[in-house]
Amino acid sequence: MSEHIVIVGAGHAGGTLATQLARAGDRFRITLIGAENWPPYERPPLSKQLLMGEVPTEKVFLRPESFYADKGVDLRLGTEVTSIDRAGKTVTLAGGESLAYDRLALCTGTAIREIPVAGRDLPGVHYIRTIDDTLAIREKAGSGARVVIAGGGYIGLEAAAALRKLGCDVTVIEMMDRVMARAVAEPVSRFYEAAHRAEGVHILLETGVAEIGGNGRAEYVADSHGHVHPADIVLVGIGVVPVVALAADAGLAVDDGIVVDARARTSDPDIFAAGDCTRHPNALLGQTVRLESVQNAVDQARCISNELTDKGADYAEVPWFWSDQYDLKMQMAGLPAPDDQVVVRGGPDSRSFSVFYLRDGKVSGVNAINVGADYVRGRKWIGEGRTVDAARLADTEIPIKEV
Amino acid sequence: MPVIHITNRAGAESTLEAESGISIMENLRDNDYEIDAICGGSCACATCHVYVDEAWAARLPAQDDDEKGLVEDEPTYKPNSRLSCQIEMTDALDGLKLTIAPEA
Repeated sequence: MSEHIVIVGAGHAGGTLATQLARAGDRFRITLIGAENWPPYERPPLSKQLLMGEVPTEKVFLRPESFYADKGVDLRLGTEVTSIDRAGKTVTLAGGESLAYDRLALCTGTAIREIPVAGRDLPGVHYIRTIDDTLAIREKAGSGARVVIAGGGYIGLEAAAALRKLGCDVTVIEMMDRVMARAVAEPVSRFYEAAHRAEGVHILLETGVAEIGGNGRAEYVADSHGHVHPADIVLVGIGVVPVVALAADAGLAVDDGIVVDARARTSDPDIFAAGDCTRHPNALLGQTVRLESVQNAVDQARCISNELTDKGADYAEVPWFWSDQYDLKMQMAGLPAPDDQVVVRGGPDSRSFSVFYLRDGKVSGVNAINVGADYVRGRKWIGEGRTVDAARLADTEIPIKEV
Repeated sequence: MPVIHITNRAGAESTLEAESGISIMENLRDNDYEIDAICGGSCACATCHVYVDEAWAARLPAQDDDEKGLVEDEPTYKPNSRLSCQIEMTDALDGLKLTIAPEA
């Protein structure tokens, strides 16, 4: 008899897991439960191509909507799971229905971090997490619309670039003294700050949001220096938090993420977890991490699928990410620490350069802007734990392959 | 409809009735041909790697530096390697033959 796999969460991890397991034919019966009404889709375009209206909504689906039924996957959309009964091996759905599982996979992802200021509940305060979020912003984002963005991280800056392209007047309010401060080294931050200013984005650093206000809807943002910014759209991009309540309520180990082992198993042997919601060990990094990335969602989903099809292997992947803003394509790998040595390769003026991070001489990270070859090489070096000479790395006369 | 002749990772051959106007990657992905296409066609990864039949290689749009940089460093790289997200399917490519590259 087929083993019934219930997957909670139909994002990148859940969708990938269902697709992978479906390839095993009759071995599994698969139920994929999603809270949204959309089939599994890619989230990166939400702050990029979809926001700009460059692609129709169906284009971001991981698979055509009909795919799941064709493969025998029971896709249940618009459905919340409210609890897990580990002893009885069932999950309860919002309508009261109970579903028995043989194995359960939690792919619950993240939820937006709400901005803790007055006016946060006013209509017109937007976040970017779902297709519906993006479509709602796009509807109002005509030429000349005034947009105030709280947060100068990836989401805020990608949205700023997309909204400038639509002709909006864009202001970004960032608490730190530079943009993307948590993710990249200062030279990269300064480069992006200048690039956005050159495109006409107003960037306010070391500035917080004091209040969002308006008459029945968000009409302005007051910043921490007492300035008031009129707004047609207020967009908040200040990070996300892992969705762990279901796991925690069921008594599974949780520590800023659902705790899993190297095979993506939770503290219950019949329950797995994958994606942004997990805290997991990564042998390559020598530490446990929680990552917000498509790469990790897909690779961890694959880790579960391999485990369930007797091809199990410990998770050890170099994390990688990307960010598109204007004509700037940044590809990143590794998880550098704030005190790692920073080596700049090439001139930011050319709009094509890279920044490498070294820890004890070993490559720990790379940010490559419009220079794919440096990214590919850096990612490889991180995986190999390779030691690189900083001076040679900084010398663009030496081809990257010969550094 | 144009067709693509595909050899999968297990070596099995099949013919796909392809859709023109979208990438070859999307054609393969939507029909479950084993590729992950993690970045969704942004040319940011190399998980839609295929080998194009030699006879067809010259008839495809040229590789740009991004694609070249990514694919050339794959451990499974061959001179006829391409990232399928960077090739739009057209009626002119009717009969294209390709092989899904092994997982890197």
